[in-house]
Amino acid sequence: MSTVMKIENLEAKIGDKKILKGLNLELEAGKVHAIMGPNGAGKSTLSKTIVGHYDVEVLGGDITYKGKSIVDMDAEERALEGIFLSFQHPVEIPGVNNAYFLRTALNAKRKYEGKEELNAAEFLRLMKNHLEMLGMKSDMISRSLNEGFSGGEKKRNEILQMLILEPEVIILDEIDSGLDIDALRAVSEGINKMKDGKRTFLVITHYSRILDYIEPDYIHVLKDGKVIKTAGPELVAQLEEHGYDAIEEE
Amino acid sequence: MANEGLDKAVSGEYALGFEIDIETETVPPGLDESTIAFISKKKEEPEWMLELRLKALKKWETMTEPHWAKLDYTPINYQSISYFAAPKEQIDSLDEVDPKILEAYEKLGISLEEQKQLAGVKVAVDAVVDSVSVKTTYSEELEKHGVIFCSISDAIREHPELVKKYMFSVVPMADNYFAALNSAVFTDGTFVYIPKGVRCPMELSTYFRINALNTGQFERTLIIADEGSHVSYNEGCSAPTRGEHQLHAAVVELIILKDAEIKYSTIQNWYPGDENGKGGIYNFVTKRAICEGDNSKVSWTQVETGSAITWKYPSCILKGDNSVGEFYSVAVTTLAQQADTGTKMIHIGKNTRSTIISKGISAMKGQNTYRGLVKINASAVGARNYSECDSLLIGSNCGAHTFPYLESKDTQGQVEHEATTSKISDEQLFYLRQRGITEEDAVSMIVHGFCKQVFSQLPMEYAVEAKALLELTLEGSVG
Ligand SMILES: Nc1ncnc2c1ncn2[C@@H]1O[C@H](COP(=O)(O)OP(=O)(O)OP(=O)(O)O)[C@@H](O)[C@H]1O
Ligand SMILES: [Mg+2]
Repeated sequence: MSTVMKIENLEAKIGDKKILKGLNLELEAGKVHAIMGPNGAGKSTLSKTIVGHYDVEVLGGDITYKGKSIVDMDAEERALEGIFLSFQHPVEIPGVNNAYFLRTALNAKRKYEGKEELNAAEFLRLMKNHLEMLGMKSDMISRSLNEGFSGGEKKRNEILQMLILEPEVIILDEIDSGLDIDALRAVSEGINKMKDGKRTFLVITHYSRILDYIEPDYIHVLKDGKVIKTAGPELVAQLEEHGYDAIEEE
Repeated sequence: MANEGLDKAVSGEYALGFEIDIETETVPPGLDESTIAFISKKKEEPEWMLELRLKALKKWETMTEPHWAKLDYTPINYQSISYFAAPKEQIDSLDEVDPKILEAYEKLGISLEEQKQLAGVKVAVDAVVDSVSVKTTYSEELEKHGVIFCSISDAIREHPELVKKYMFSVVPMADNYFAALNSAVFTDGTFVYIPKGVRCPMELSTYFRINALNTGQFERTLIIADEGSHVSYNEGCSAPTRGEHQLHAAVVELIILKDAEIKYSTIQNWYPGDENGKGGIYNFVTKRAICEGDNSKVSWTQVETGSAITWKYPSCILKGDNSVGEFYSVAVTTLAQQADTGTKMIHIGKNTRSTIISKGISAMKGQNTYRGLVKINASAVGARNYSECDSLLIGSNCGAHTFPYLESKDTQGQVEHEATTSKISDEQLFYLRQRGITEEDAVSMIVHGFCKQVFSQLPMEYAVEAKALLELTLEGSVG
């Protein structure tokens, strides 16, 4: 197996509160990893730490991505290197046109990779298919970024960004929360479309529904700042039945 | 956390701070009747103009500097300023312009040389360095349409009937302290007359450059749009980086007759001083338009990024029935800049309409004040106003203040006012950075979004310039 990201003994705090307490996790390239765990366990903190969010202070341990430590890397560089986070609560940015934002982000990435930038027409063509697949109305991209979007629309917009930026490690923090049945199907379809055997997914969720669609390879249980169990997809049913308290640290 | 990066992102280097290395003739500092006589003589002015100047000086001497604005600055010593500076050589055609001046204008992105050949988008330019106009381009082509576009000095000599009729008619000689000072010592500026029924065939532009040390710049602009005419006029300005403050006190008067329209755009980029408030231009400007005739229209658009101190309220007197006044403004204060700016809309005619869109951006230690007056006289039956004042704060050491005043005698008048203050949050910046956009680009993206309504009012080329300028001001050394 080849490891794309390795997290070792990671300790991190937000404010004065230590949240990650010696966390270990290995992401196998091309696989779908799901993380489940009780509220407040540190799942969002883990995802923020991976992408270099300013709230989080790393106290110890390391995160390596493709063999290189990234804990001292700027957030934008981690993004350009292919790490993507779909936020649990995407922020609204008034006045910034969604399409303009998406194109700027895509072109920043293309430039970083030494590729030519896309002009507006090429970009719109690329966008059109994705919008249809996600069941997004075309006015969503001419509106201000996330401003006044419903919860589900925000999540679809996160998936749209993922489809356009084509990242290599994709962290989805509760992408399925607050989605209606159709939206859940559309979002899952978007995710499955990105599965190509090379991209790696880290899917944080509380529900088995989305996992039925995207078929994870591994389930990790995160509790009190540590990954306490890693198993195959069969673990989901067990968790649903007995809850997190029944899990013993391995 | 993010504050450190933010400060870096918003303390943009002033890119136009170079000095034009030319020989300059300057009068010694100080202001009295002999200074005025000197200026008037230099300009080969007729006697009547000299008399008006002296009258203005007398009035100014009885007035005191106003201090009601929310501005804090070291007092100005009016006797330590030189009131006239000019490139030494006289210039009659573009070929005679000192190559160093041409080069300086290239650096500013305005090629006077190109103006000679450029087809397609034509922009006629009047370039003013210190106290004199160095070159007006395209005058001949404009003449064919009867448009007069020349320096105010030329106009005083060649079109005295128009100047006598309109100068001081919108901004009276002693309107305020700075206007009175300007009336006494104004050195150059632009004059425009658009005849009846003419749509000016090109954009008109003036570029002001303060170059000489220790001099003030006092230009005066007078634009008359005769019945049914139309003109779009743009001004830009810059100054070298200097440790001392320099004074700029300009007056602009616009007269719009029946069915005519003036669109006046400004990109103000005087040197802002440094982050400790050292150096920078003190910018005290009186701009006023009168919509004299029915169905006339005036539109002020300003993008203010420079100056240490800005004191400026482009105003509209809506006298003609159905006349329209508009004010679109973006004012940026970063470093230690202070701006107190806004507009006055005076509704006199029936069914007059006004729109005010003001966007203030403050960063670092910048202080931004909007001050606006909407006045609806009893005669202005059916008058309407819409005002929107939005402030954007970047970081936590800056400030935004809004003072909207309303005086309405017409109880049926419709007045709407909206105001918002928002902050660029760390969470917003992080979101954009997580998508691979640098912090500087993220700031400028949010700022552009905020300014969109105003930029869309600028003529195409200037909108591009304004965006670039904003980037320079707010983004530091990107690229
Ligand atoms: N900015 C913050 N300031 C203080 N405490 C924080 C902050 N962010 C997170 N925490 C705390 O850290 C702990 C872990 O939060 P985190 O968001 O990582 O949990 P989670 O596992 O994602 O939970 P959920 O399933 O509810 O989303 C919680 O107790 C939370 O209150
Ligand atoms: Mg969470």
